[in-house]
Amino acid sequence: MSATAVAAATRRGFSAMQYLICLRGIMWREMLRFVHQRERFVSALVRPLVWLFIFAAGFRQILGVSIIPPYETYVLYEVYVTPGLIAMIQLFNGMQSSLSMVYDREMGNMRMLLVSPLPRWYLLISKLVASTTVSVLQVYAFLLVAYLWGVEAPPWGYVTVLPALVLSGLMLGALGMLLSSMIRQLENFAGVMNFVIFPMFFASSALYPLWLVQQSSPVVYAICRLNPFTYAIELTRFALYGTVNWLALAVVAVMTVLFVAGAVLAYDPARGLIARRGGGAP
Amino acid sequence: MRGRLGCAAGLATIRPTMALLAFSFVDVLFPARSQALTAYVSNERDNTISVVDLDAMKAVKTIDVGERPRGITLTRDGHFILLCASDDDTIQVIDTKTLKVVGNLPSGPDPETFALNAAGNLLYVSNENDSMVTVIDIDARKVMAEIPTGVEPEGMTVSPDGQTIVNTSETTNMAHFIDYKTRKVTANVLVDARPRIAMYRHDGTELWVSAELGGTVSVIDPVAHAVKRKIGFEVQGLRSDVIQPVGIRFTADDALAFVALGPANRVAVIDTKTYQVKDYLLVGQRVWQMDFTPDGKLLLTTNGLSNDISVIDVAALKVVKSIQVGRLPWGVVVAP
Repeated sequence: MSATAVAAATRRGFSAMQYLICLRGIMWREMLRFVHQRERFVSALVRPLVWLFIFAAGFRQILGVSIIPPYETYVLYEVYVTPGLIAMIQLFNGMQSSLSMVYDREMGNMRMLLVSPLPRWYLLISKLVASTTVSVLQVYAFLLVAYLWGVEAPPWGYVTVLPALVLSGLMLGALGMLLSSMIRQLENFAGVMNFVIFPMFFASSALYPLWLVQQSSPVVYAICRLNPFTYAIELTRFALYGTVNWLALAVVAVMTVLFVAGAVLAYDPARGLIARRGGGAP
Repeated sequence: MRGRLGCAAGLATIRPTMALLAFSFVDVLFPARSQALTAYVSNERDNTISVVDLDAMKAVKTIDVGERPRGITLTRDGHFILLCASDDDTIQVIDTKTLKVVGNLPSGPDPETFALNAAGNLLYVSNENDSMVTVIDIDARKVMAEIPTGVEPEGMTVSPDGQTIVNTSETTNMAHFIDYKTRKVTANVLVDARPRIAMYRHDGTELWVSAELGGTVSVIDPVAHAVKRKIGFEVQGLRSDVIQPVGIRFTADDALAFVALGPANRVAVIDTKTYQVKDYLLVGQRVWQMDFTPDGKLLLTTNGLSNDISVIDVAALKVVKSIQVGRLPWGVVVAP
């Protein structure tokens, strides 16, 4: 992207076209990364499928005892766990996208991006939109395989789930972005796995309905209820059946705004965490 | 206009548009039909009948009845519910308009299930404890005959031509063929352990008998009185001993048979040409008896241990809804 050329242009403001060029550039890079890193796509698909094919097979009988909204009747565990696995795809994608930002920073590519005269918040949001698009593509690929495996949602559910996927993708992407501002080196990503992905995934409604968690441990139940990831899952679960879980929608929307604001602040050269840590300053 | 199925399933399970159109079409053609279909469910432990509105998909009323209600059916005119109140040793007659018990039929001890004859004036009742089938004249409210059969009589059915009555006995493990006129047992066919339900195809060419402990359904040639085929079941992830076939129902065209598999919490869908199980539909716990809506679009199942009934969309072969009723639902019958 010809950042210097744009920089040379007037600083009074930018046309919509310039904003679009920037968005396209960032989207394009993310797509290239997605297409060229075939292992990343395959692993994004294999991870939830392993859960679906192997883990869920052993738990078939766990849910035959209760009807949980939005389901109208009893469902197999495969059906229950699918929204959780969708959210897992988006969580991993959000974190991987943040990993790529750490990588970019270490390799110096990020400077190319950050010297762009367009506002920093716009760059971040473009990056967020790009990574969310990738995660939505991954989710639909997963839903297709799940469908062939016999996990069917109502036909319209595949359309109504889209806005939920976009919103939860944005939330998890923004969270990853916020985290990436705090990580100085690539090696620390293992820490993110341990301290972010696993706790978020397991302490949520992904694997078990919350009433089941509540029965075994009120403490874990309370943690699950505080976990924004739970609401991303429930938003997706209800949307997949053409209904809206308003609480989940509200929580995910608010958390998205908070995470984006946090990331914008963290990446702001004037007061951000990067400047303070010396990570961004040359 | 929203079709019945649309109401039933809500947005959560939008069926192919064809089904919706078909429903709306029927509703337009026969406006009288758009009044609610009603299901009556006998709750064995609550001593009640739940009245379920199938448009709202909700239990709307509860009728207090005798002790341990099990077998349930409607008189041919649809004006009365007949109900086996097993521990009261009687069959109760309930007016479908007032939902009040209006009389009793003398049933003999411990009536469990029954079947109406073709004309609808005679009722054949299995008396679980005294190894008898009691024949009752409904209008006269009188016992016409008692026919000795095997030990612990259970399933009752009448052949489509009305000439044969079949009773199964839980302990003798037989299907007993009884001649309609002479009221004598004419043949016995041995099936697997604890036969529960016997059901003729609508064309009368086969009699299917479910064996709860044997885990099979025997297909019997009713002319030769011989088992010509046994259907077994296998549900992935379930031990074979929890697969206990009970209720059987055929679609009006006899193309499909539905078999309730008790504690397997599944209803097996069987292709009657190949005798292969096409699908297992997940319903509530310990699924027991079933009944179609009069139009054959929906099949209801009673789920004893989860205290609900599940509604199956027959065309789509999908469970669309489960509806809470009383405790230990046993039987169900649908009135137009």
